Amino acid sequence: MLKVSNIEVIYDDVILVLKGLSLEVKEGQIVALLGANGAGKTTTLKAISGLLKVENGEVTDGRIEFLANRIDNREPEAIVRLGIFQVMEGRCVFENLTVHENLIAATQTLNSRKAIQDRYDTVFHYFPHLKNLRHRLAGYLSGGEQQMLVIGRALMARTRLMLLDEPSLGLSPLLVSEIFSIIKRLNQEQKITMLLVEQNARLALSIAEHGYVMENGKIVLDDSVEKLKENEDIKMFYLGLTEMGTKRSYRDAKFYKRRKRWLT
Amino acid sequence: MQNEFLFFMQFFLSGLSIGSIYALVALGFVLIYKSTSILNLAQGEFLMVGAYICLSMTIDFGLNFYASFLVTMIFSIILGLVVERLVLRPLIGEPIISIIMVTLGLTYVLRGVVIMIWGNDIRQFNVFPEQPIDLWGVKLTYLYLWSIGISFFLLSVFVLFFKYARTGIFMRAVADHQTAAQSMGISVKRVFAMSWCIAAVVSSIGGILVGNIAGVGVDISYIGLKVLPAVIFGGLDSILGAIIGGLVVGILEFLSAGYLDPYIPAINEVFPFIILVVVLMIRPYGLFGIEEIERV
Repeated sequence: MLKVSNIEVIYDDVILVLKGLSLEVKEGQIVALLGANGAGKTTTLKAISGLLKVENGEVTDGRIEFLANRIDNREPEAIVRLGIFQVMEGRCVFENLTVHENLIAATQTLNSRKAIQDRYDTVFHYFPHLKNLRHRLAGYLSGGEQQMLVIGRALMARTRLMLLDEPSLGLSPLLVSEIFSIIKRLNQEQKITMLLVEQNARLALSIAEHGYVMENGKIVLDDSVEKLKENEDIKMFYLGLTEMGTKRSYRDAKFYKRRKRWLT
Repeated sequence: MQNEFLFFMQFFLSGLSIGSIYALVALGFVLIYKSTSILNLAQGEFLMVGAYICLSMTIDFGLNFYASFLVTMIFSIILGLVVERLVLRPLIGEPIISIIMVTLGLTYVLRGVVIMIWGNDIRQFNVFPEQPIDLWGVKLTYLYLWSIGISFFLLSVFVLFFKYARTGIFMRAVADHQTAAQSMGISVKRVFAMSWCIAAVVSSIGGILVGNIAGVGVDISYIGLKVLPAVIFGGLDSILGAIIGGLVVGILEFLSAGYLDPYIPAINEVFPFIILVVVLMIRPYGLFGIEEIERV
């Protein structure tokens, strides 16, 4: 469905952030994109959704294809129309608009009143709690409610591929698991393909089918989730497990060397 | 008692009608500020250009007043688009203060062009009948009633538009969080262009009304400067605030002319602004301005 081949992204004509990154998302999958801070995960999502342009970034090499359309460096509004919707990091709700207006604001791609009503009901089907808050200003919602609202907005737009950027950011464990179970349901029931960026690797691997690990603007590991979970490096760096399940001492951690191997 | 009330109503209603014109111009300011965070200092010149176009169509080309009104509207839409396209879009991403300086430059350009084409004289419309009508003892000309009617009609149309129309909600979404709006497929460029168009249209309607009341000259562009404090008073980012700010300035101007002028001549030009300064000292973000919602 989505194919990113060998892209290079440069900000401000000088800062090279992605260096030949490739990944593929198949229809119906949940794909996790893991990596440390500054690895380029958010940049990857922005390159796909076209929001890079707003920040003076540019895809200078390689190509991004979505359903056989080339979408690299196209305007974000054109990409949304094709069915890609980025749920940005940090819950960017429109604070001075009500919940209802926030949802309506996502309907640029819908034409008929009926289609809007239909999507609107679907959102409240998955987030019944939001229905009672319809006329509340979004700025006064709690963090969890805001996260539901931004996912709801993506649902309004008849999205086929949802790019989720850290949906767990700053939420309590209980809320996080609720949101992730809704993400899973949306994937299964609404047939929305997901590309999920997460710091919380354990959580991301629990719902994804395929995973990519990024470091320094490149993919360094790429495998099915079952295999990734068994991978020694993943266990150590992302899941915090060791061979024996015991605490690791600094002495036998060849941490530095192993990490370096990925950098190539 | 009866007389005093009539005296009050006379000035109050005149103030209301001028104030409603101010409110229209204020709406233009707020729209552009809200969606693009630019303070358009050329708002008063939009008003002046509108007034001149309409006057020229009616008098020089002999068109029917309503026809020239329509022509002016179309022209204003084009003016808004051209200014947004040629002057402001190339400056996206530049510091706000330089963009505001550019709009200041625009004021001189527009004023210069108007003087070049139409000269420096004050000219009259003479379209509406001069004799006042008697409303339970208060005497108002048709023009004042028309101003109140047209302004209030337009203002309520826009308030409803921003509250309920999808396009209005898109515009507010862009004002609230530009990148998020873009990520949802809203075209920011189209929203910017639309705000400039609407701002130019409401200002030139204001210009036509003022031009009918006071005559058309280059000086009517100073209404822009007069409305600016009214906008700040209402809160730069509040449509309702701008409308109320405009009305308050108009009413205060006329009431002070009625009651204080005999003691302090020409106080009416200053009085509204004294009140505004006092209000702003108490509420620096304006009467209806948004205090950022901050959750800690």
